[in-house]
Amino acid sequence: MVRLNVNGQTHEVGDDVDPQTPLLWVLRDTLGLVGTKYGCGVGQCSACTVHMNGIPIQSCQLTLESVKDQKITTIEGLAGPNGKLTPVQQAWIEEDVPQCGYCQAGQIMRATALLARTPKPTDAQIDTDMAANICRCGTYTRIRKAIHNASGKIAKAGGAS
Amino acid sequence: MSSNENFTPNEYVPEYLQNLERERHAAAVSLSRRNFIKITGLAGGGLVLAMSLGTASKKALAQTAANTFNANPYVQIKTDGSIVLFAKNPEVGQGVKTSLPMIVCEELDADWSKVTVEQSIIDQALYGAQVAGGSTSTPTNWDLLRKAGATARAMLVSAAAKTWSVPEAEVTTAAGIAYHRASNRQASYGALAATAATLPVPDANSVTLKKRSDYKLLGTRVTGVDNPKIVTGQPLFGIDQKLPGMFYASYTKAPAIGARAVSANLDEIKKMPGVKDAFIVGHQGDPIAFGPNAAATLSGVAILANSTWSAFQAKKKLEVKWDESQASSDSWTANVADAKKLAQNPAGAQQLGAGGDVEAAFKDGKTVEAMYTYHYVSHADLEPQNCTAWFKGDSIEIWAPTQTPQAAVDAVAKLLGLPKEKVTLHQLRGGGGFGRRLANDSVCEVAAVSKQAGGVPVKVQWMREDDMHFDYYRPGGFHSMKAAVDKSGKLSAFQDHFITFTRDGKATAASANLAPTEFPASVVPNNRMLQSMITSQIPTGPWRAPGSNTIAFAIQSFLAECAAAAGRDYRDFLLEVMGEPRMAIANNPRSLNTGRAADVIKLVTEKAGWGKPMEKGRGLGLAFHFSHAGHFAEVADVSVQGKKIKVHKIWVAADIGPVVNMSGAENQCQGSVVDGLSTAMGLKVTFEKGRAEQSNFDKYPLIRIDKAPEVEVHFLQSDNPPTGCGEPAFPPAAPAIANAIFAASGQRIRTLPFSAEGYTI
Repeated sequence: MVRLNVNGQTHEVGDDVDPQTPLLWVLRDTLGLVGTKYGCGVGQCSACTVHMNGIPIQSCQLTLESVKDQKITTIEGLAGPNGKLTPVQQAWIEEDVPQCGYCQAGQIMRATALLARTPKPTDAQIDTDMAANICRCGTYTRIRKAIHNASGKIAKAGGAS
Repeated sequence: MSSNENFTPNEYVPEYLQNLERERHAAAVSLSRRNFIKITGLAGGGLVLAMSLGTASKKALAQTAANTFNANPYVQIKTDGSIVLFAKNPEVGQGVKTSLPMIVCEELDADWSKVTVEQSIIDQALYGAQVAGGSTSTPTNWDLLRKAGATARAMLVSAAAKTWSVPEAEVTTAAGIAYHRASNRQASYGALAATAATLPVPDANSVTLKKRSDYKLLGTRVTGVDNPKIVTGQPLFGIDQKLPGMFYASYTKAPAIGARAVSANLDEIKKMPGVKDAFIVGHQGDPIAFGPNAAATLSGVAILANSTWSAFQAKKKLEVKWDESQASSDSWTANVADAKKLAQNPAGAQQLGAGGDVEAAFKDGKTVEAMYTYHYVSHADLEPQNCTAWFKGDSIEIWAPTQTPQAAVDAVAKLLGLPKEKVTLHQLRGGGGFGRRLANDSVCEVAAVSKQAGGVPVKVQWMREDDMHFDYYRPGGFHSMKAAVDKSGKLSAFQDHFITFTRDGKATAASANLAPTEFPASVVPNNRMLQSMITSQIPTGPWRAPGSNTIAFAIQSFLAECAAAAGRDYRDFLLEVMGEPRMAIANNPRSLNTGRAADVIKLVTEKAGWGKPMEKGRGLGLAFHFSHAGHFAEVADVSVQGKKIKVHKIWVAADIGPVVNMSGAENQCQGSVVDGLSTAMGLKVTFEKGRAEQSNFDKYPLIRIDKAPEVEVHFLQSDNPPTGCGEPAFPPAAPAIANAIFAASGQRIRTLPFSAEGYTI
């Protein structure tokens, strides 16, 4: 049995799940948190990005065993308990970023981590960080715009995301 | 009568979609002659209207009818004021789940912020063709959806008039409320729903449609209706489907495309952790041939497990004996050698079309010759192919992120020998389409697996490697071109010897054809279109802007070469080729219009500052392409250092008629241009011994944000009928960039991708 802390909740993952299973598939198939997406399985596309202790990681590359007792946050855990969206989520809707939408959970997780560390990023800083994530639809122009939008919201609220 | 009366299919739309378009055209013509509602499956008026809507049974609808006004299959209004608009076509990122209901909402005069949009059921009788392909959703549904909104509104107006005992002409509507200004009365649509439900349905041709100048919603920026779910990670996509007791399955096909499984170490596999079952699935039909309604499975090994990971792990331990006797043995290296030989012999080619006297013009003018090459590419939808099914003995239920749900039902019915009404398909959102999900191979596969496993619910999930190793690829090919410019520097002759692929030696492979009327043959008096074919068993099919996605690169690059040979500016040269405003192909409303072409060329060059001085090593490149009835011109601003390029910015000018959703249309254009750059820069799938040599994104470098330029989009909103926007912005991107590289460096690229000539970004 492995203890997992996901979105503030503790889950006990049973022995029927191989401890070598990537976190991605534990989240999706065992815990039913399907917002985190499978794109390549080899750490290339970052569609599977979640946070471990606030740091963006590729959940297809870390095993269940290696993340036990770590604080994991997924796309489902971003919004407040009352469903209040974060500035990044709001900005993504306002800028109408998604096309197919499949990569966007990973993009939002990485953008959220970027803004927590760098509340007012330049385009160059955005590009450096966000280059880890592929968008097959090519929504990059809007991802940049939405990150600046969210940055403005955070500044206005006077705090970090 | 609408201009659709003289329907001529777009040659680049796959045959299957052409047939669908023909059917829809016939329906649209008869729609204008008969009652709209009858065609969409609703007979008579009043409560009878309720019977054909939604997923509820007739009984349930009868019970809810008292508080529900089902005006037609697209509009449902309840007495509590809630309004549901149904989106009929699959959503794969092209935005139709938002834009099609917007059309209904505009004519209904409802408040967009208060309506709910739901994916409709899949039902040909109710909705006609439901398909996401060929950029056809908007043009083929425009009239239908406007009338759906307008007839519903007309019934609400009648209900208000009846309630207030006033003439209908005195009732106005706005944002979901009916008004009688003279008596200062108003009623919400919800308050009128019960009365409206008792009224006869008006003739769809009797209702007045809004003028474009009166639009409140259409043309504005509207965010996607699924965005709230997307940003919070709610289940939405095919891969997110889960059923009680569902098995997670992998499916392994042969490395050599088309080989069949003979035997495998199934006993060993079945003992692996989490594995519940493993078996060989037989070869059925012709899975190599692209066809949305093809009842076919490519033989392979299915492994059913308690999680996706277990199914993937077991797959890695599979040892399969393959029968390669009917497999592909194709080699790209050999294809290139064959093409070079064929290019030397245009006299041996098939003539697709000709006009004037090409040879005489070649003699009189200065000739330019060049050969262009483009590789196969994979669709690489970010959501790898998957589908969920549950075979239940005499019926099957399917959950599919397909672009062609009705064809999927046909295919599965035929494959399993079931009547069509025993096949129920639930439409799910697709994580990218790009044409890959026009094929229903993954749907057939899971249907066969669920049946063979004894009727269990199962999701077959392809690994990324599976997705790249078996695709209906964008075909590779070659254009060997020759042209002449006369003494005045004008294009006087154009010849394209197109070298493409065939499976059977007779017809071109799917999406590997060239129209004899392709620009500029359609406008240059002396022209000749030739074709030679190389036999190949590599499966091909439509890939975003089929045909156009490579033709535009070859032709727009080559015409720029001609302009350079004549010592002329490409913009001026291209405008001269367009000539007087006219339809390039007479009596075809979907033909290139040279006037609209000239307008977007002028607009985009003006926006980009064409002709301005550029620093050394930096240049602007222009390209135009007409496809999917859309006129698109693009300019790229590119720096070149040796073979390293940087794309600073790309401008797009588009004429797709009136824009439905400005945000969606702009997003499609920006995305198409980024896709165009990505594909042109570094994407290729090569085959040796019938095997794809690329497996994952490490060898298939989709472009990332740090290399993606700003894309500025301008629409020339003409009064022409609206046309689709999911594809036509793609084709001009590659040649615009290549022409900019030439302007910056004098280096002419003649291969897709550019990386095959050593270029990097």
